Amino acid sequence: MTIVLGSADGLNAPRPRGGIVQSMNDSLVIARRNLIKMSRIPEVIIFGLIQPIMFVVLFSYVFGGSMQIGTSTSPAVYREFLMAGIFAQTVTFATAGAGAGIADDMHKGLIDRFRSLPMARGAVLTGRTFADLVQTTLTLVVLTVVALLVGWRIHEGVPKALGAYALLLLLGYAFSWIGALIGLSVRTPEAATSGGLIWLFPVTFISNAFVDSSNLPSWLQPIAEWNPFSATVQACRVLFGNPGVSTSDAWPMQHPVWASLLWSILIIVVFRTLSVRKYRSATG
Amino acid sequence: MPGAIYAEGLVKTFGDVRALDGVDLDVPEGTVLGLLGPNGAGKTTTVRVLTTLIRPDSGRAVVAGIDVLRHPNEVRRSIGLSGQFAAVDEYLTGRENLQMVGQLYQMKAKAAKARAGELLDRFHLADAADRTARTYSGGMRRRLDLAAALVVSPPVMFMDEPTTGLDPRNRQELWEVIKELVSGGTTLLLTTQYLEEADHLAHDICVVDHGRVIARGTSDQLKDQTGGERVEVVVHEPEMIDGARDVLARYGVAGIGHGEVSVEEHIRKLTVPVTGGAKLLAEVIRDLDAVGVEIDDIGLRRPTLDDVFLSLTGHVADRGEEEDGSAPDGKDGKDRKSRKEAVK
Repeated sequence: MTIVLGSADGLNAPRPRGGIVQSMNDSLVIARRNLIKMSRIPEVIIFGLIQPIMFVVLFSYVFGGSMQIGTSTSPAVYREFLMAGIFAQTVTFATAGAGAGIADDMHKGLIDRFRSLPMARGAVLTGRTFADLVQTTLTLVVLTVVALLVGWRIHEGVPKALGAYALLLLLGYAFSWIGALIGLSVRTPEAATSGGLIWLFPVTFISNAFVDSSNLPSWLQPIAEWNPFSATVQACRVLFGNPGVSTSDAWPMQHPVWASLLWSILIIVVFRTLSVRKYRSATG
Repeated sequence: MPGAIYAEGLVKTFGDVRALDGVDLDVPEGTVLGLLGPNGAGKTTTVRVLTTLIRPDSGRAVVAGIDVLRHPNEVRRSIGLSGQFAAVDEYLTGRENLQMVGQLYQMKAKAAKARAGELLDRFHLADAADRTARTYSGGMRRRLDLAAALVVSPPVMFMDEPTTGLDPRNRQELWEVIKELVSGGTTLLLTTQYLEEADHLAHDICVVDHGRVIARGTSDQLKDQTGGERVEVVVHEPEMIDGARDVLARYGVAGIGHGEVSVEEHIRKLTVPVTGGAKLLAEVIRDLDAVGVEIDDIGLRRPTLDDVFLSLTGHVADRGEEEDGSAPDGKDGKDRKSRKEAVK
C-alpha cells in the first residue's frame, strides 16, 4: 500500500546517529524552522527594531542634556556612553521572543509532536535559541548604524569591537535560555510575552546602562555593580573605548570582560539545565 | 506473545485525580483498537503514556516490542502520533512541515524531501504543498497532521480523536485513508468520542470510563452483550398506541428495558426488545393489522454503540462540541480546551 510502502523507503535509512552530531543536526532543523517562521512574520522583527531605536532617540535627546558622566555633562558624551547600554538592553529582549515562541508551540501541540519524535532532547529549545541569536545579530547591525548616526563611535579598533559584539550576543543567548524556561512554565503565549519582559525592566535599569552607577543611591550601587547585565555593558564600554570608566572597586567593574563572560556562561549552564529538564516533563 | 501495543495496569494521577486507574490493553499486530469513552475518561492520557509523552505512576507498556518506560527513544522511532488538534506549524508550508518531521525522524534531508512529496500527493495536498498551513482548511490540516505521523511508515500508529471537529465529508475522507493504512498492516490505536467512528474503523473496542476499561470486545460482541434486536413501530394515530402496545408486549423478551414496551408518545413510537429477526417482523405486522392498528413505519433495529455506551456508563456519550459543525479550523482554542479536559 502506498502510504506504508512508499518508494522513498529505500532512502529511509536513518542517518548515523551520534549524541552530539544528532543533537546539532536536530537543533539546526529546528532553528531553520524558526527562522522561516520569523521571515514570514516580519512584523515581529520590525517591532523588535523600532523599540531600541526609539530608546536611542528618547534617551539621547530627552535625558542627554541632564546626565553627568564622569565630570562631563555634554549630551554628545552621554550619547556615546548610552549606546553600550542600549545594545545590551536590546539583546536581552530576545528573552521575550524565545519565551513566547516556545509557549506558542506548547499551546498548539507542536511540542507534543516534537516530543514524540526520536530527536535529541534539548534540540527544540536549542534550535529556538539559535534562531533568536540570528535575529539578535540582525538587530545589532541595524542598531549599530543608528548609533553611528547619532554620533557614537568605536575608538579601540575593530578586533576589540568584535569582542564586544561577541559578549553582547553571548548575553542575548544566555537570556534566551531564561526565556525558554519562562515559555515552558506559563500557560499561554501572552503570559510568556509579558512574563518575559516585566523582570527585564528592573534588571536593565538597576544597572550602569543608562546612568553612571556612582550616581545611584548607595544601597543600589552594589546591586547595579554585581548585576550580570552591568558587567556586559561595562565590558562593551571598555572594548568600544566609550566614556564611562568605572570608579567602583567591585570586582565585575574592575574586570568587566571576564565578569561578562563568566556571568553569561553561568546563566546558560543553569537555565539550559532547568529548561531541558522542564521540557522533558512538559505535559503541554 | 503480547500484541503490537500492550499495556498492563497503567496508573497515572494528576493531583487528586486518578486519570488512569489500572488500564490493560492488548492490540494484536495489524488490527485497530478503538478506545471509546467520554471526555475525561482517560483516553488521551492512555495515548500520552503509550507515546512516551508522560510516564505512568505504575504499570508496564510495550509498543512494537519495545518497553516504553525503559527505551522511550527506541519506541519513538517506531510510532506515529496524530493529535486531536492538528499539530502542524502554521507558518510553514505543507512541504516544509513534512520535511522537518522527516529530518527529525533522522532521515537525510534528501530522503525527507522525497518522502514529503510522496505524502503530499497521497493526501491530495500537492496543490497546496507550497502554501503555509495557516491557509489550509480544517480537513487539510488534519490530513497534513496525519501525513506527518506517517513520514517513516511506522508499524504502530496512535490517533487521538482524529476527526473531532471535522465536517462529515472530511471525516469520511479521513476514514478512507485510515482504512487504507490499516489494510497495509499498520497497528492502530484510535481514540474517539464518535461511536459511529469506532464501529466503522475498529476491530476491537475498549470502553473506558474513570480511567478504567469497563468493557471490551468487537462491536458486535458489545452490542449482543447489551441486548439483542428490537422492533420499532410508529403508529398512524395516537389512539392506536394502546392497541399496539398489547400486541408488542406478546413479543417482548428480557433485554433492554426488561422486555417492556417503551413508548414515546409525542412521535407515536413504540419499541420492544425481541428475538427472532425478520420472520418475527412479518408476524408483528400481521397481528397489528388484525387488531386494526395502522402503522406509518416499522423496523427491526440492532442496538447501536450508543445503546452500549448508555447501558455501560449510565450516560450518553459526550459528543464533540462541533458535532455537526463544519468548524473549518477548529484549532487551538476549542480543541485545546477539550484536550485539557481529557487529560484531567
